[in-house]
Amino acid sequence: MNTTTTTVAGSATTVEIPKASFDFVPLALVAVLALLAWPLIGSASSWLTLTVAGLAMGMIIFIIASGLTLVFGLMDVLNFGHGVFIALGAFVATTILGGMGDWTASASLWRNLAAVFAAMLVAMAVAGAVGLAFERVLVRPVYGQHLKQILITMGGMIIGEELIKVIWGPDQRPLPLPEALRGSLLIGDAAIGKYRVLAVAIGLVVFAAMLYALNRTKIGLLVRAGVQDREMVESLGYRIRRLFVGVFVVGSALAGLGGVMWGLFQQNVIPQLGAQVTVLIFIVIIIGGLGSTLGCFVGALLVGLLSNYAGFLAPKVALFSNIGLMVVILLWRPQGLYPVTNR
Amino acid sequence: MAILQRLLSHDLPRSRWLAIVLVVMVIGLALTPFLFPGTKALNVAAKILVFIVLVASYDLLLGYTGIVSFAHTMFFGIGAYGVAIASTRLAVEGQVGFGALAVGIGLALITSLLLSLVIGLFSLRVKAIFFAMITLAVASAFLTLASQLSDFTGGEDGLTFKVPALLQPSTSFSDEPFLGATLDGRFASYYLLFVATVALLLVMLRIVNSPFGRVLMAIRENDFRAEAIGYRTVIYRTLSNVLAALFATLAGCLLAIWLRYNGPDTSLSFEIMLDILLIVVIGGMGTMYGAVVGSVLFVLAQSYLQDLMKLGAGVVEGVPVLAQLVSPDRWLLWLGVLFVLCVYHFPAGIVGRLRLAARGRAAPSVAAEGGP
Amino acid sequence: MIDVLLKLDGVHTHIGAYHILHGVDLDVPAGQLTMLLGRNGAGKTTTLRTIMGLWPASRGEIRFDGQAIGGLGAKLATPDIAQRGIAYVPENMGIFADLTVRENLLLAARNASRVEQIDVKRLEWLFGLFPAMKKFWLYPAGKLSGGQKQMLAIARAMIEPRRLLLIDEPSKGLAPAIVQNLISALRELKSTQTTVLLVEQNFAVAKALGDHVAVMDDGRIVHRGAMAELAENEMLQHKLLGLSLAAHQ
Repeated sequence: MNTTTTTVAGSATTVEIPKASFDFVPLALVAVLALLAWPLIGSASSWLTLTVAGLAMGMIIFIIASGLTLVFGLMDVLNFGHGVFIALGAFVATTILGGMGDWTASASLWRNLAAVFAAMLVAMAVAGAVGLAFERVLVRPVYGQHLKQILITMGGMIIGEELIKVIWGPDQRPLPLPEALRGSLLIGDAAIGKYRVLAVAIGLVVFAAMLYALNRTKIGLLVRAGVQDREMVESLGYRIRRLFVGVFVVGSALAGLGGVMWGLFQQNVIPQLGAQVTVLIFIVIIIGGLGSTLGCFVGALLVGLLSNYAGFLAPKVALFSNIGLMVVILLWRPQGLYPVTNR
Repeated sequence: MAILQRLLSHDLPRSRWLAIVLVVMVIGLALTPFLFPGTKALNVAAKILVFIVLVASYDLLLGYTGIVSFAHTMFFGIGAYGVAIASTRLAVEGQVGFGALAVGIGLALITSLLLSLVIGLFSLRVKAIFFAMITLAVASAFLTLASQLSDFTGGEDGLTFKVPALLQPSTSFSDEPFLGATLDGRFASYYLLFVATVALLLVMLRIVNSPFGRVLMAIRENDFRAEAIGYRTVIYRTLSNVLAALFATLAGCLLAIWLRYNGPDTSLSFEIMLDILLIVVIGGMGTMYGAVVGSVLFVLAQSYLQDLMKLGAGVVEGVPVLAQLVSPDRWLLWLGVLFVLCVYHFPAGIVGRLRLAARGRAAPSVAAEGGP
Repeated sequence: MIDVLLKLDGVHTHIGAYHILHGVDLDVPAGQLTMLLGRNGAGKTTTLRTIMGLWPASRGEIRFDGQAIGGLGAKLATPDIAQRGIAYVPENMGIFADLTVRENLLLAARNASRVEQIDVKRLEWLFGLFPAMKKFWLYPAGKLSGGQKQMLAIARAMIEPRRLLLIDEPSKGLAPAIVQNLISALRELKSTQTTVLLVEQNFAVAKALGDHVAVMDDGRIVHRGAMAELAENEMLQHKLLGLSLAAHQ
């Protein structure tokens, strides 16, 4: 944060008030990236399409990764098996949407949305419940032991993936978009995917809800304080353990939601979905700063935009764009875009 | 007896059952061409040998130094690709000489040395979790790289190549089978792998039982204290990283020599990384012998257990979920459960349990972190 | 007859392989301020942390208001101990740097889920004691000066009535003028009959505030008694603390 503090310790008269300004630079980066891409891409319509696609992808990644970074920030637990909840959400969606065939085939936007939201709610509930079990059985016993944590959560991922194969079979399953969400809106020359617009909208809602919860509620306050100094929060009389379980469950539910959205994005799901996405979300939370929600948001948007721009401009390079971005950001700010104090 | 002790660097099995199991396994592997005729058996045995070296090298990193890295398959792949690319490009009139092989192995080792140095120095200054995540990202990037540079690496399809004439399957040393084994290039290749595996394993035993190895274990237990005593932990950790990478590279070279083929999935896939993790934990972290026992059991199971499970599947056929649970394709599920149990209850794995039972004393302490 | 609010009985604490407290016997009388003095490394901070349950007592018993909160009788978790009415101001102050002064205080007010729910009279009182808090209400607490942070830390412990305050070296690193402010604030606190266990190395602060004193050395209590006695006895001061009153001002 930028402050100009010239407090004179001890003097009650000439005390200056620090200017607490918000660090806009990382947020600005998103805009800078988008603007830089414009001339490179050339046509405004392509740029618009790609930008919306990038933002949509970024939003989905943010939803998936936000739980992970909070859990890590709060309790120093890195869940290498976070991918399980993503895959679970996606597969649950195939079942729900598959069962609501007549609603998804209908041309009515409202019916389609209802079906999609139903799938999302069920996916979140299932992922949250599994998250509860995951925390109780796998994470809690090895709390504090980083090495075992990494190994055991990996084990959880393996088991989860296999169980998904047991329930839904080992093959790819299609997850087609409902009728009214297919295709694109035409704005001038630009074709903007309808689903992408929905994804951006949902992402913004989730982000706003998270910001509200974190900044305007006492529980959110506890989470933010706990990320900085867990011991002090306990000394103030709060059972942070329970809070942690809550955050873990919410994080898992969000991952489930993200899984549904990702599945619809790709229009098919595979059991290895979790493992595939894991590297991506790790890169995002490292870029954003472990424990920072805003950092995760910006990091996800940057990754989403960059993937789409690079995919269009230089496909061969695109595969490394994420790692490249991570290296560049870390060289600039080794703790990530928004480092959390006391980490 | 004394010679055996010195050979094993005084790191004995310390358990009668373990010793018996090991002896059986070693003899079985040594005499596979004679005892178990057929191509499949030889292939399985060769895979076991390669995995022993690969997993033992990972044990050096994880079990003895307490570092979790997901980049291990990358070094495995470098070794395999080194041999593959050299054999493809340095082939003279379709023939590959041992010189070409040496070049491939040498270049692979140098590449691994440099890469592991960079990774080690850059990343080991950060927390364990950070390091793990970065190695995951790097390995993933490398996999993509290998698939993309098709001119160089053969892309998704990989490279098929010849090995020196002595090792080519078509080379025949004798028309008559000798004690049941066909004496051909396969035979020679197999024993090359066997001798190399034994040698490498003994070297690794020597390393972990040396003063260097003891410092590694001290760092694993409490790096603050080790640093306070005066050991520059970064240097030791980096060295451990480098050594593990080099041995993994050699394992990759052996694999490529045997298969005469290498592609991204053969050596770089994440599945292999998971297999290594499963073996090292279930076999026993920080024991070296765990790599041997674990690799044998794992590869045998992977190759033959499926048939066994088919029997079980036949019994519960028709029962919806149950049938799926014991389906031979889902053996990884049970392995995962076993893995989790081992991480939590038996960090020293099978070897540790055997030693515990034998001695009644605490098993070799493994990377258990935590504390104030 | 003064009631003993907090009683430590033969408390030992081990941290890993290190045996820090070797049988601490300490009585903290209710409504009074007890000083815990001693050299560096004597075990004062460890004592406070053990009371708070941050480190478990390996032997002995800790009783608060007659109920066992630590040691062999019961091993309560830190939040539960805090909920009994014990507030802890650690040596590093435990200020949440990224949160505002307002948020820091709200956190400490367990009964309030919004700032509006905090007792207004109490808040006004605190603003009176620590004017800087009002000025920097909405600014990140991390930007406060050392002295202001210390005031905030103590204000946090006072935002709601507590039965016992454990304060660890509040004057450490503060300029003499600020220390005077600190002493005034703590005097105000004393006037509310709150029980305080105050760890200090600064004897001037100790003398100004303490009713009772306990001196620690090597993980044990080596002297206890009234503050007034110790303040008059320079020889005893020198023996126990390795310095005289005059030298430490």
